Amino acid sequence: MSLRIRIETKLIDQLSPYHLELVNESHQHSVPANSETHWRIILVSEAFEGQGLVARHRLIYAALAEEMNDGVHALTMDLMSPNEFKATGGQLPPSPLCRGASKTS
Amino acid sequence: MNTMELIKKQVEENSIILYMKGSPNQPQCGFSARTVQALMECGQKFAFVNVLENQEIRQDLPKFGHWPTFPQLWVNGELVGGCDIVTEMHSEGELKPLIDEAIQTHS
Repeated sequence: MSLRIRIETKLIDQLSPYHLELVNESHQHSVPANSETHWRIILVSEAFEGQGLVARHRLIYAALAEEMNDGVHALTMDLMSPNEFKATGGQLPPSPLCRGASKTS
Repeated sequence: MNTMELIKKQVEENSIILYMKGSPNQPQCGFSARTVQALMECGQKFAFVNVLENQEIRQDLPKFGHWPTFPQLWVNGELVGGCDIVTEMHSEGELKPLIDEAIQTHS
């Protein structure tokens, strides 16, 4: 399974995001070409409602503990509750992200 | 004193301490550079530890703070955050009041 799929799967399973963007930004850093060391995560989840910034980041680090120990070097994160996301003028997607059920059933 | 005790002592005795890669004048990582820039713009003195020259701290601080990456800004013994949080607080005007207050309460 690719690292991208692993990260996405864990974030979806553990945070049920309304919105998730995962961008490989490794090319901006001094690592070999095609590295998967530096990622940007934009994630909107109810789990962040009422939580401080440190708590939000810790939720992501906990979800990706294995990946952080296994080559992922840095995460840049924008973590919002749905209400905060709406306040930014962002549009919530009309339906939740696919969770792959059609592939396994 | 083991490394965990040393870290505890550092964050308790320094009201503002930044764990970073490199030094404030010569950061060796883009995230550390951005964070120290925000902190320096607050105009107060702060302590720093270059984790590249302190491998034991580099290894144990993630466990101490439940935070796996660097930089890490600690104020009054609490983790404020890494690059994203510190730069966001700075752009929202929230960092300087926190830093100023830490200096005042400590002096």
